[in-house]
Amino acid sequence: MIRVLSMAQTEFRISLRNRWVAVSVAMMAVFSIVLAAAGSAPSGTVGVDRLSVTVASLTSLGVYLVPLVALLMSFDAIAGETERGTLPLLLTYPLSRAEVLVGKLIAHLAVLALAVGAGYGLAALAIWVWDARAVAGLPALWRLTWSSVVLGAVFLGAGYALSALARRPSGAAGLAIGLWLGVIVLWDLGLLAALVADNGGWFTTDVFPVALLANPADAFRLYNLAASEAGAAAAGLAGAANAVPPGAALASLLLWPLAALGLALAAFRKVTP
Amino acid sequence: MLTLSHLTKCFDGATALDDVSMMVAPGERVALLGHNGAGKSTLMKIVLGLIPHDGGTVEVLGARPGSGAARAGVAYLPESAAFHPALSGRETIAHYLRLRGHPAALAGALLDRVGLSDAADRRIGTYSKGMRQRVGLAQALIGRPRLMVLDEPTSGLDPVSRRGFYTILEDLAAEGAAILLSSHALTEVEARTDRMVILAQGRLMAEGSLSALRRAADLPVTVELTAVNGARAAILDAVPGGELLGNRITYRCRQDEKMGLLRRLSAQSESLEDIEMHPPSLEDLYSHFSRGAAR
Repeated sequence: MIRVLSMAQTEFRISLRNRWVAVSVAMMAVFSIVLAAAGSAPSGTVGVDRLSVTVASLTSLGVYLVPLVALLMSFDAIAGETERGTLPLLLTYPLSRAEVLVGKLIAHLAVLALAVGAGYGLAALAIWVWDARAVAGLPALWRLTWSSVVLGAVFLGAGYALSALARRPSGAAGLAIGLWLGVIVLWDLGLLAALVADNGGWFTTDVFPVALLANPADAFRLYNLAASEAGAAAAGLAGAANAVPPGAALASLLLWPLAALGLALAAFRKVTP
Repeated sequence: MLTLSHLTKCFDGATALDDVSMMVAPGERVALLGHNGAGKSTLMKIVLGLIPHDGGTVEVLGARPGSGAARAGVAYLPESAAFHPALSGRETIAHYLRLRGHPAALAGALLDRVGLSDAADRRIGTYSKGMRQRVGLAQALIGRPRLMVLDEPTSGLDPVSRRGFYTILEDLAAEGAAILLSSHALTEVEARTDRMVILAQGRLMAEGSLSALRRAADLPVTVELTAVNGARAAILDAVPGGELLGNRITYRCRQDEKMGLLRRLSAQSESLEDIEMHPPSLEDLYSHFSRGAAR
């Protein structure tokens, strides 16, 4: 345990020095505040409080930004150590490869939690200044916050796996961007195209819900929108949220981090320094 | 401490290590010598459990290489040691101390021991190569290791630091640590190690102390003498077999003929201005045994 914590502490210190903490906190904060300002202007009096509405927009932001930040932090985790030449020495120490990965994961999750907490927190604070009723949206915001960290864990694990597979940081960066594009952007576009072509057939009823659940980013979005009272107010995939029970989305979201970490460990075990 | 028997390792069909057997006893300093690509680093990585081997057996502190028991008692100094440039020397050593289950507060004393106390709180990114090498040595000293595996430990160190480094090794060996180190700098391991192992193209060519290696190689001793003016011909007449080079005459003879040659030369002592004797150097031995692999 001391060894894992030491790995985590060292890794967190490196993230601080590399400005990763500052960059990710600033990025999340800026985007969240912009969304809070833009999202609360037109809502007027629709019956729900402004924070609940903003949580719906923040969910859409989180789907793009959280995986991106997670992949940016994790693609270098193993490939970078290999390139610097620090990996062989580390692996002669009495700690297992699983302990190395878990230590890094704890540190990177802490950075992510800071960024997400600062971003969403600032947005909530800004809205609360305008509208005291916003307190009603706090449970939704809390749900968004922790599920964002869980989503981040999925992509941290995936990033470690790519980092171990690629061996070189440049290759790992390319793979990470490819993964982000594929899972976050192309997956939904593909599903949308298939839905249009299928026009209400067996794909729409049988395959589509499973395809949504299989993607952790979609599961994250579905869970937050379905659980949020403002689900109806959100556009896009919200309609689909009704087809998938929130419990299934939550289960998918909670299983993915374990699967990603398992993949990362399997890939890391294959690395010979 | 360390026993290798009939160790074999192949990389994609090319043989990196071929039937290597050797051992390192507690308190013994063994130098592993060989050209680049002779298999030194491969052998060390197998001992550390970083890469698997294909044949033979390896026993490290009575355990499998890379097992928990082996890792707990083995320290490693990689060739050109690298550390994260954003951390200071103290933070790095504190981290390695905690990984081995020691209090992080010992970092200061360790950095002191390798002469880095002034730079302890600067980032490693600002260190010179020699300073990074000393951070590497400091981490290898953590917790009195029973076996130390040092890959080119003195590369990048200035002569004074090298002497300090070998003094530390002497102390560790006196406390019972087994030390396996590789080197290119033959002259410095000559006086500083107990035994040498010469590897060439993955095979163990020779093993033993310097004098044992000299006997095994049976290389000629060189005797160089300077004659007083005009006495060259007389000397060559009395003791034939010498090569003339300017004012100097050079004789080469086998070890067991050395005393006979010297006796005959001393009979001519009035004609001699100076006499020098060179036993075969470690370089000579090294190239002799390395050539053996090519044949």
